[in-house]
Amino acid sequence: MQFFNEFTQTIINGVAIGCIYGMVALGFVLIYKSTEVINFAQGELLMLGAFIAYSLITMLHFPYWLALITTILAMGIVGALLERVVLRPLVGEPAYAIVIVTIGISYFIKSVVSMIPGWGTDTYGFKTPFTDKYVRSGELVVSWEYISIIAIALLLIAAVFLFFRYSRMGTAMRATSQNQLAAVYMGISVTRVFSLTWTIAAALGGIGGILLAPITFVHMNMGFIGLKAVPAAVLGGFTSPPGAIVGGLIIGITESLAGVYLPDGWKDIAAWIILIGVLIIRPQGLFGIQEKKKV
Amino acid sequence: MRFLMKTDYYQDIRIFKYRSTFFWYVALIIGCLLLPKVVDEYLVSQFSFICIYAVAAVGLMLLTGFTGQISMGHAAFFAIGSYTSAILTSHGVPFLIALPASGLVAAIVGVIIGRPILHLTGLYLAIATMGAAFIIEEILVRWESLTNGNMGFLVDPPVIFGFNFDTEASFFYLSLLVLALTLLLAKNILRSPTGRAFIAIRDSEIAAEAMGIDLPNFKTQAFAISAFFTGIAGCLYAHKIMFINPESYTIVLSIELLAIVIIGGLGSLHGAVFGSMFFIFLPQLIIISKDYLPTFIQDQTGLQPALFGLLIVLVMLFEPMGIYGKWLKTKFYFEWFPLYKKDSFKREKKYQKAERH
Repeated sequence: MQFFNEFTQTIINGVAIGCIYGMVALGFVLIYKSTEVINFAQGELLMLGAFIAYSLITMLHFPYWLALITTILAMGIVGALLERVVLRPLVGEPAYAIVIVTIGISYFIKSVVSMIPGWGTDTYGFKTPFTDKYVRSGELVVSWEYISIIAIALLLIAAVFLFFRYSRMGTAMRATSQNQLAAVYMGISVTRVFSLTWTIAAALGGIGGILLAPITFVHMNMGFIGLKAVPAAVLGGFTSPPGAIVGGLIIGITESLAGVYLPDGWKDIAAWIILIGVLIIRPQGLFGIQEKKKV
Repeated sequence: MRFLMKTDYYQDIRIFKYRSTFFWYVALIIGCLLLPKVVDEYLVSQFSFICIYAVAAVGLMLLTGFTGQISMGHAAFFAIGSYTSAILTSHGVPFLIALPASGLVAAIVGVIIGRPILHLTGLYLAIATMGAAFIIEEILVRWESLTNGNMGFLVDPPVIFGFNFDTEASFFYLSLLVLALTLLLAKNILRSPTGRAFIAIRDSEIAAEAMGIDLPNFKTQAFAISAFFTGIAGCLYAHKIMFINPESYTIVLSIELLAIVIIGGLGSLHGAVFGSMFFIFLPQLIIISKDYLPTFIQDQTGLQPALFGLLIVLVMLFEPMGIYGKWLKTKFYFEWFPLYKKDSFKREKKYQKAERH
């Protein structure tokens, strides 16, 4: 019974972290699908979102839900601005150039955050409606924070999925990711698709930041979690939004199991071992499509 | 613009295309030798760092710039070079043996890592190398009996035949010599059949395969050579800063190395050196220019990485071909002086078509 409780607890923690990995990975996937670029600033967007939410809640005394919505909007604007100012002039450049630019952006965001008065290099926390509340079932104790993370993440993922499946703009975005030129011929504004992609990806990063804040607290190096989301995206196939979520969950659960049942150190590299294994055995990931070489 | 009358096919693969090029390189070497006499010690040590980073960048350039395989895990090879040399010299092995040994160990690890993942392409390969680097970093932390874990290692300055390279100037000469040998070796590899196979792989894997190039074999070779140079650079680095621990070899270093080769200009050995100079001198310039900024900005510790990030973005925005590309364009401008048109290098607007179906 003791073992069972510990095991369930570990799995629930893993699912919660996995949902956050999944959301960051979803940001990677959206941008990769439409522009063939991996956005290495995704982790920093997550950190920026957490800091904005922290300021709104502790300094301006916003209620949690209002702060959540404001942060989503603010991060959306950040994403759109990034796309307009930095990435649009680079359309058509080779992918590696744009990847380096996103690395430059991540440096920039991180150090600007460290310079803003009131943010800086310290660690902060903020209160959510879920802090210090628990659900008990026998010996099992689950914090509401974890439940809220899982619930909000699932809700958002469903929203993103419905948007892509049924809305006009979502269809346009799927079309653009397949063939930009054909999309232009069909009257789709590719620039608008790109800017919307970045907006959604940045907003997802911001939400990930808010959800992560109660677990790891708000600090400058939160963005490193963005790197952990890379294996999640690869595991899911890098082009498949549901794959990103499943990948995130697998990575999250493995990591938290490794943290409890394996010696020190395995937790940090579990994700990367899975990643290399997947790349060797099944490079297209769980849900990806085999890329075909063309001459 | 010069007219070259070629009488022999071998003229195509000569090291120096023009005789004047040879002259300028000799002048450059003499200039470098005189450097420690002219500038102060601190700058000399920065020049040593330029040489060290340039050696690593040449290694990564061979892989990324010439073979077209992106690696985001070169910090691992750098670390392996450092640790190999640190461990060997602490057991009394002479530096002259430890230096090539650190390169060789890095190359062997490169083959072990590279062989299974080199069938991946593009960003997938970048991610796989990044994962491998994370694992190696963790091994360095956990294998305490060998690496001292997070406690780190004290390393002595290099000693060759009783001569101790413990002054800034002597270390600069040593790293300059290693850089010169590295460049010469890289240049020679590139004009050999192996090097031409690398370039063919970069330009089109399918065409290269059709020409009879054994892709897995040559890619592994490129990976091993690249790891070798990076390991050598790691060895020099360890003896330069004289204290190593796993924290110096994180993903940040891998990204910085990649940034060096891309900012320098992919596909040119000059680019590797230019990129290293940019990378080392930029923080110095930022420190100097701090005096002219308002105090509330001066006191920020984040200023330097912020400007670094911003400059990376700006360089890529305005010159995606890197510093070497800018250099070539400037030369072109003067060679064609009145005929240069504003649109000579205008970028084409391209649409992407994914290779997924």
